[in-house]
Amino acid sequence: MKLELQNADHGIDLLRQMILIRRFEEKCVELYAGQKIRGFLHVCIGEEAVAVGALGLLAADEAVVSTYREHGHALVRGIAPGAIMAELYGKREGCAGGRGGSMHLFDAATRFYGGNAIVGGGLPLALGLALADKMRGNARVTCCVIGEGAMAEGEFHETMNLAALWRLPLLVLCENNLYAMGTALAHEHAVDGVSRKADAYGIASDSVDGMDVLAVEGAARGALERVRSGTGPFLLECRTYRFRGHSMFDAELYRPKSEVEEWKARDPISQLAAGLESIGRSGEKLRAELELAADEVIGAAVEFAEAGQWEPVADLTRFVTSETS
Amino acid sequence: MNARKVTYREALREAMVEALRGDPRVFLMGEDVGAYGGCFAVSRGMLEEFGPERVRDTPLSESAFVGAGIGAALGGMRPIVEVMTCNFSLLAADQIVNTAATLLHMSGGQFSVPLVIRMATGGGKQLAAQHSHSLEGWYAHVPGIRVLVPATLQDARGMMAGALECPDPVLIFEHQTLYNREGELAEDAGAVAIHGAKIQRPGRDLTIVAYGAGLWKSLAAAEALAAEGIDAEVIDLRVLRPLDDATIVESVARTHRVLIVDEGWRSGGIAAEIGMRIMEQAFYQLDRPVARLCGVEVPIPYAPQLEHAALPQVEGILEIARELIHGHE
Amino acid sequence: MSDFTMPSLGADMAAATMMRWRVKPGDGVKRGDVVAEVETDKGLIEIEIFEDGTVEELVAGIGEKLPVGAVLARIRESGTAPLPAVIPAVQRRRVSPLARKIAAELGVELSGIEGSGPGGAIEKADVERAASHPVEASAEEAGTAPLRRAIAAAMEKSNREIPHYHLDATIDMTSALAWLARENELRVIQARLLPAVLLLKAVAGALRVEPDLNGVWRDGRLQRSERIHINFAIALRGGGLITPAIHDVDRKSHDEIMADLNDLVPRVRAGRLRSSELTEGTITVTHLGESVVERVWGVIYPPQVAIVGFGRVAEQPWAENGMLGVRQVLCATLAGDHRASDGRVGARFLDALNQQLQKP
Repeated sequence: MKLELQNADHGIDLLRQMILIRRFEEKCVELYAGQKIRGFLHVCIGEEAVAVGALGLLAADEAVVSTYREHGHALVRGIAPGAIMAELYGKREGCAGGRGGSMHLFDAATRFYGGNAIVGGGLPLALGLALADKMRGNARVTCCVIGEGAMAEGEFHETMNLAALWRLPLLVLCENNLYAMGTALAHEHAVDGVSRKADAYGIASDSVDGMDVLAVEGAARGALERVRSGTGPFLLECRTYRFRGHSMFDAELYRPKSEVEEWKARDPISQLAAGLESIGRSGEKLRAELELAADEVIGAAVEFAEAGQWEPVADLTRFVTSETS
Repeated sequence: MNARKVTYREALREAMVEALRGDPRVFLMGEDVGAYGGCFAVSRGMLEEFGPERVRDTPLSESAFVGAGIGAALGGMRPIVEVMTCNFSLLAADQIVNTAATLLHMSGGQFSVPLVIRMATGGGKQLAAQHSHSLEGWYAHVPGIRVLVPATLQDARGMMAGALECPDPVLIFEHQTLYNREGELAEDAGAVAIHGAKIQRPGRDLTIVAYGAGLWKSLAAAEALAAEGIDAEVIDLRVLRPLDDATIVESVARTHRVLIVDEGWRSGGIAAEIGMRIMEQAFYQLDRPVARLCGVEVPIPYAPQLEHAALPQVEGILEIARELIHGHE
Repeated sequence: MSDFTMPSLGADMAAATMMRWRVKPGDGVKRGDVVAEVETDKGLIEIEIFEDGTVEELVAGIGEKLPVGAVLARIRESGTAPLPAVIPAVQRRRVSPLARKIAAELGVELSGIEGSGPGGAIEKADVERAASHPVEASAEEAGTAPLRRAIAAAMEKSNREIPHYHLDATIDMTSALAWLARENELRVIQARLLPAVLLLKAVAGALRVEPDLNGVWRDGRLQRSERIHINFAIALRGGGLITPAIHDVDRKSHDEIMADLNDLVPRVRAGRLRSSELTEGTITVTHLGESVVERVWGVIYPPQVAIVGFGRVAEQPWAENGMLGVRQVLCATLAGDHRASDGRVGARFLDALNQQLQKP
């Protein structure tokens, strides 16, 4: 890792966030095994650098529309770990009142417009948020996170075209983890290279090593500057990898173990820890300390979720339509 | 009150113009709503008044621009999205059903979607099977959205204001054969409720439940029946979701005989739902089995005689109504 | 397999209507068993079977009018193996849900009604017609007339389902009748009040004090009625009785109640009642004051929960303050539904009734 880290404290902060996500996701896996979390659970272990490097740069009032693998995004955007964990438990204290679960974290306060379980489904939504901002004269960015799988959807192309046509302040952040569920990139896209898809719409794009949080941060900073300058949307591809299966129930028949091991060798957390080591900070010691701190936060989140209430069944049909009083 | 002659199309346009003038958050978006003036000429002239930002032409990207309507609504705007016909709305069905209808609930009440989607529905203009279907019953199946079916000039003029005020997604289905319908509208016609059915013609002998173009066919049939001594009550549903059970049940309790007229296909249609609700709530008021006249289960054909036969018509209503009263079998 | 057919029961019998099956598919039958009842021009007749076997299928539906020789049922002879089980299809009479409901409320038996709907379906109008035109009961038809059957059905149901308790009280009517005589002196003959008016008014007043007797037993609980509609038993000249409702008795003056009676009685006897008058009562009053009867032990009309009976007014020795006098007295009885109320409630009611009649 070529460390361009001038500010060790900032590096430590990035490390702290990635470790929090990693430990949170590991806890989720454990809780899923213990049946505390049910439904579909998609963890982002291995992909932490994208969430931390890119979404960390958004201003507090900038909106995020995310995917179903969004725990990390939610944590970086500042949704309380307890509210996220309670949502995974299905408790009413969850950030979506227990109605969404793992794939549908929502939070109005941080303008987090959901994990979306329809691949590509969030793109038009993000387009509209950006349109509203433009029409209302709000100088801010909407960031839509997608996977490379979504690029095969019509909604991707429709949205790219319209965003470019209307020059909307939209950052499309692609977590390219090489597999659409179990279908390898080569089997899902006729043309390799995310940037070439952007070219078709005259959209500026960039591609970055998604395992290197500093590289992600650098590229995202450039992308956001460009979007904020009013020239229209931007597509940023982060090449990343999930270390675990697509969901909890995945035998991973579609990829060789050796490939997983190769990518694990490029673990974003280890890389950043090593980078800190190189500028004279004890990366391993830091890592251990930060893991301890993360575990404390996560422990509290689990306690919060455990203590949460089940929404009464009598409230089942609340929030189908707005409650006007 | 002074009244003037207007068409259904003009009434819709007046409502939108009023909305755009009155609220800077309101804008119209869709295929050919601007320069072309709207596929059915509903928005003609609006581009000139409001400009391309607020009367926004879109490319042929139903999913993206309907979804953009959802996003813009979340972002503080009050979009009116026009989808040319309900057949095309299927290209945006994901956004309508999976996103617009679910966000409020999935987010535990945090994100409501104040979006209005207008679309043309129904057959009768020889537009064949990809421009003539009646899918309002489908959408009425989906919790989280409100489905309006204005049949009258008053509703065409007055439902938009309520739809824009509604914090939840509202779908407005405009029957293609109604756009040219002309009638009297009060000079100061304005907002009407976007809930509840309305008895358009009171009667004693049987209830005809209808909506959209079917309302006018039912009223015409009721007049013909009156000449035969059969006094039919005609209910205009106006709103398919939420359904106004009370008005239907109350009417059936008076007439004990009921015919539902629905241009949508019979199997699993809104007529089936209404019939079932009558079974649940008014079974012991029935003196005859509930009857329905629906679209024939065929993709609507082009040829005029076939199209005519595929859709509910006055003659069919008369035939069933007579049977309900006189009981031939 | 053999057919059990409509028997010929007389040379002039052409057809009969199936009224009731006494067997069901799967039942064993022996020669001589009564298996069904049919209604003929001569009345209800039990019909018997002439072979041993098992009922395989009931072919004739209740209410169906069938000619002599028509197949009524299929019988599997003893000793033959049963066919694979099929759910027997008993043809059900076509009755609209509304007609069925109204018939139940009026206590009208559907079997006696001809349907005017599709396929002979009985509809609302058919039931109302049947209810308001009780068959002119000649002596020989009395046993099977619809009205008689309706009363039979209601009384059977009452006896089967309602645990009755009975109370009676002897009431001094002297001052009430004196008041009535004074009132009537002021009236033209046509407007004069009958004692029944006083009694109805008093019952309504007492029900205000004791509302637990005013209402219906439905869905396993007493449903009190806010309004007081009294079914008043009116005898028909040809036999039988009809109990039309006088609405809102508590809110009406004596004159209004009298007017109601004057309107109702001829209409009852002409068979021109409205269905609401037959269905909406909340209690029944029966008054046999024109006979020698002293006490009426009433049978509650379901789903009501009480019936009040009045016998004749008679002069009786009456002790008061250690003195013996002669007073005009009347015995009032109450039959109450013990599911809905207790004897104490009934006692309070009779007490209130007595008070009402002392000060009309």
